[in-house]
Amino acid sequence: MSINASWYLALSVVLFSIGALGVLIRRNVLIMFMCVELMLNAANLAFVTFARTLHDIGGQVLVFFVLVVAAAEVVVGLGIVVAIFRRRASANADDLHLMKG
Amino acid sequence: MTAVLLNLVVQGTRPALPDVGVFAVAAAIILAGAIGVVVARNPVHSALMLVMTLFGVAVMFVIQQANFLAAVQVIVYAGAIVVLFLFVIMFLGVDREEDIAKEPLRGQRVLAVGLVALGTTGLLLLGQVSKWTTGQPHVAGTDTGAPNVNLLGKSLYTTYLFPFEATSALLIIAVVGAVVLARRPPATTADEEADAAPTDPGTPADATTTDEAGTPAGTDTDTDTDTDTDTDTDTDTGPAATGGPSEAATEATGAEVDA
Repeated sequence: MSINASWYLALSVVLFSIGALGVLIRRNVLIMFMCVELMLNAANLAFVTFARTLHDIGGQVLVFFVLVVAAAEVVVGLGIVVAIFRRRASANADDLHLMKG
Repeated sequence: MTAVLLNLVVQGTRPALPDVGVFAVAAAIILAGAIGVVVARNPVHSALMLVMTLFGVAVMFVIQQANFLAAVQVIVYAGAIVVLFLFVIMFLGVDREEDIAKEPLRGQRVLAVGLVALGTTGLLLLGQVSKWTTGQPHVAGTDTGAPNVNLLGKSLYTTYLFPFEATSALLIIAVVGAVVLARRPPATTADEEADAAPTDPGTPADATTTDEAGTPAGTDTDTDTDTDTDTDTDTDTGPAATGGPSEAATEATGAEVDA
């Protein structure tokens, strides 16, 4: 019994779904960020699987770029969280209703 | 499992069939970590569960001969990003436990679970029926299935040179943006000093007198503010004598003195 590409892709889909579920149901901004990281990792896993299946190294190059962009995104996002926490003293997404109409 | 992984990493030999056991264990680690991230009450526990998932994904990279990406995954994600998460969690002091049982929006969780289940089913079905290839030629090089750091680096510095350079600009912008965002704004410190100044006894009157002595010709607004502070100091020294009309009189005299 061998592991073919569809197993990896199914795992990637499930991992992405767990991350999306976490973004939807959690209210802590930091945990929502971590769930976004889960979704990015699921995409990376799919990229690497396709790179091997389709014999194209471009998938792995794209994973490299995703890693870099994820690092930049986390840095800016956590900076925003720190700035918000300084004003509101809360990391709860429901407390950020300043622009509610 | 570790022996198999070490064999893969050190020797770089490609097994004919990836071990089912390695895949199963790594998938179990990934899914357990991902579920742990979502359901953990303490954000620190979520971050540690995230590390578990990231290591599992690195194992998946190794099985698929992406050794360089596995190393980068461990170094960048587990070494930098999760540490940054933990730093911010402990810096902000939000490592309190959160009450997950309280649902802020009615029916939102049921709707979210339903939508995610629907999307997952749709994606899995799509994987069964659709074709993945588009017939486009490879522009980056052929993944031969062997360990391919050479090919990855060559492609990164030739075909993808411009995105690689743009990445450096992105990182610089991210660093500057993070510094600007996390810096304490200077306006608030000035406001705090302005708020703290009137509570200091004695110094406001002295400051206004020195201002009056120092500035011979001010604008009208400046003299108005000066008269206000003068009446304040007068009422402080003689509180019983000044009523409503006399306060206006002292204000007028103060304005005369200023003029």
